[in-house]
Amino acid sequence: MANELDWHRNKSGFAALLGPPLGWFLLFFAVPMAVVWAYSFGTNSGIADIEISGTFANYARALEPLYLGILGKSLAFAALATLICLIVAFPVALAISFAPPQLKTWLLIGVMLPFWTNLLIRTYALIAILRDEGLLNMALTSAFGWAGVGPLAIMNSNMAVMIGLVYVHLPFMVLPLYAALDRLDRSLIEAALDLGAGHVRAIFTIVVPLAVPGILSGLLLTFIPVLGSYLAPDLLGGPDSQMIANVIERQFKRANDWPFGAALAFLLMYLTLFGIAAQAMMQRKRPVD
Amino acid sequence: MREEPGLLDYARRWPLRLMVGTTFVFLYAPLFVLIAFSFNDSRRTARWVGFTLDWYKAAFADRELIAALGNSLTIAAATTLLSLILGTLAAIALWRFRFTGRAAVDGAFSLPIVAPEICMGVAMLIFFARVLPWPVGLPWPLNLGAIIIAHVAFAFPFVAVVIRARLASFNREMEEAARDLGAGPWRALADVVLPHLGPALVAGALLAFTLSLDDFVITFFTAGPDTVTFPVKVYSMVRFSVTPKVNAISTLLLVITVILTFIALRLQARATAEKPA
Repeated sequence: MANELDWHRNKSGFAALLGPPLGWFLLFFAVPMAVVWAYSFGTNSGIADIEISGTFANYARALEPLYLGILGKSLAFAALATLICLIVAFPVALAISFAPPQLKTWLLIGVMLPFWTNLLIRTYALIAILRDEGLLNMALTSAFGWAGVGPLAIMNSNMAVMIGLVYVHLPFMVLPLYAALDRLDRSLIEAALDLGAGHVRAIFTIVVPLAVPGILSGLLLTFIPVLGSYLAPDLLGGPDSQMIANVIERQFKRANDWPFGAALAFLLMYLTLFGIAAQAMMQRKRPVD
Repeated sequence: MREEPGLLDYARRWPLRLMVGTTFVFLYAPLFVLIAFSFNDSRRTARWVGFTLDWYKAAFADRELIAALGNSLTIAAATTLLSLILGTLAAIALWRFRFTGRAAVDGAFSLPIVAPEICMGVAMLIFFARVLPWPVGLPWPLNLGAIIIAHVAFAFPFVAVVIRARLASFNREMEEAARDLGAGPWRALADVVLPHLGPALVAGALLAFTLSLDDFVITFFTAGPDTVTFPVKVYSMVRFSVTPKVNAISTLLLVITVILTFIALRLQARATAEKPA
């Protein structure tokens, strides 16, 4: 940009502007994170004392079958929920991007509104639907009761967690997809249709490849928060639906094994940073025209 | 007679309409059920019995619940003010100045946005337990300080993003004109740049407010027994039993959020629609 100031020309102004936010960030984000990172190499040397001994034992313990299983399950849950979100969100985003302007605004607000409402309230709202005597089962029994379809035990199962994860994170996928699809050059689709491709073929051979950057950022924006989900598995899941965040919480609130919890938290952090770095590299490889 | 949908009129083709319709039912049905049953005259929430406002009365009579709501609103207000100041300063600094490490600072400020909430919650728990213990027994609202600090740490980068998007449309010649007419750099900033930021400031404030009001995980790790916030209180109520009292107070919070969101979206739309003069 043209007329940016070199910071040397106005040192005090620069310090006054950047100092407070940078200080807050360092003191209340970077330092706490660094302490967690240090703790992940620590051992419990007393009831409340933790010695930073430089051990890798916490990470090794995280790779024990029990915890590796939970980590694998969290990754699988996150991958499946992200995939379902993509399948559901793509046609929705496509429809929104082709909607007339007035309707488009309302549809976008419609997608964003749940995104802004309280996560806990939304998860709680799902409980009333999914409970054994909840609305879904009432609808099922009144519609198909004659065929012997009884109430399904959805609540406290992996199924309920999956529904919750998709429900909560769907807007994370719709919005980036919409942003990518809205910029699409429509004459390319018209050309494909003119040349005899059907709508489905045009969408899969023209629209999807062009939307890849949006799809990638949607995948990342959805996958990261799903992977770290705490509330959905906690409130909707059963004993075998625990995800990594629930195990981390237990280390701090009940098991009181902070170094191990810190190691698990940083495993999650490494995965997040890896995902972001991977996406940044893919975007660099694929220059925007 | 209805006209045929145009070639690319995907929004009017029935398979996509069906998908959009189903998705919206999926997104909104639980919320409407939650609202409906806040007026239901029955403890068991599954069946509609009759209309009542009893659950709202019960919610307002629950002193702990109302205190938690008061804590949440106080925290959200303080978080909004601090995040607005810090976010605006950060946005202007990154927009105004060229310095080595700008990309690094820029990237660092996006970390609180992408870091998993559980990691930040854990970090805050350890920080306030071991590094900087927040004094116990402070009078209200000072006892909420630790939670406010944590909320500001994740909210101000969001505000900075909103403000920077708005700054991109600022015509720097306006600032230069002010300088030519004799205004100092601070005067030009206050009189020319800040007014241009107006809508983004309101949008950023509302964003910070909602983020703070919404947050459960980070607060869950930062809150003590006498600093219970609304989501933390609701969480403990939900764990025990599902009572329509929770529906009632949730409905009120939903209404507040919807109103704030509409204001924010309107302002955001206006802020991005205006072309640089």
